[in-house]
Amino acid sequence: MSCHLRLAPHTQTTIKGKQMTNPTAERIKGIVASSDVVLFMKGVPDAPECGFSAGVVQILNGLKVPFKGVNVLSDPQLREGIKSFSDWPTIPQLYVKGEFLGGADIVRAMFQEGELTVLLADKGIVTAAT
Amino acid sequence: MAMAGPDIERLIREAFPDAQVIVVDLAGDGDHFGARVTSAAFVGKSRIQQHQMVYNALQGQMGGALHALALETAVPK
Repeated sequence: MSCHLRLAPHTQTTIKGKQMTNPTAERIKGIVASSDVVLFMKGVPDAPECGFSAGVVQILNGLKVPFKGVNVLSDPQLREGIKSFSDWPTIPQLYVKGEFLGGADIVRAMFQEGELTVLLADKGIVTAAT
Repeated sequence: MAMAGPDIERLIREAFPDAQVIVVDLAGDGDHFGARVTSAAFVGKSRIQQHQMVYNALQGQMGGALHALALETAVPK
């Protein structure tokens, strides 16, 4: 899926995670804390605009995990800010109980190896597997 | 500007001299790649750390010139 074709050119951010004491970082902290499972993604859960985001949505839906989808495409500050915040260069990014879990590849690998359901259960999140 | 498969492979090999690196052009369009990197450097690291090490090897291209790289990391068996 050539999701990037519809996007504005990438801009390099010079802000580094830990020094980011700006309103965006504060906002991201608030968003991450606002729900047990938060997915920063391109598009919305019902209509992802990138194959990588769609893949994570599919896994979460498959496990019947309630999550909050945050569309970074509708918010350029969030889109760049989350990369610095997590020190992670790509979207999607999954947070569980405030902890950064990883991007699309890691979530898929954890799901395939059964680690994801274990981690969610450990964190007290009810899934289709529990 | 997209990044070519051989460039991806070279940067990873430079950072992980011991690594087994497989780079695949997933869509055949020179723009969507998959990479599997097996290196002893990953021993004792979390998945997030392993992926960050590879992203660092790509010198900031990830998320920029290199948009689509499905990454899989492993330690040698």
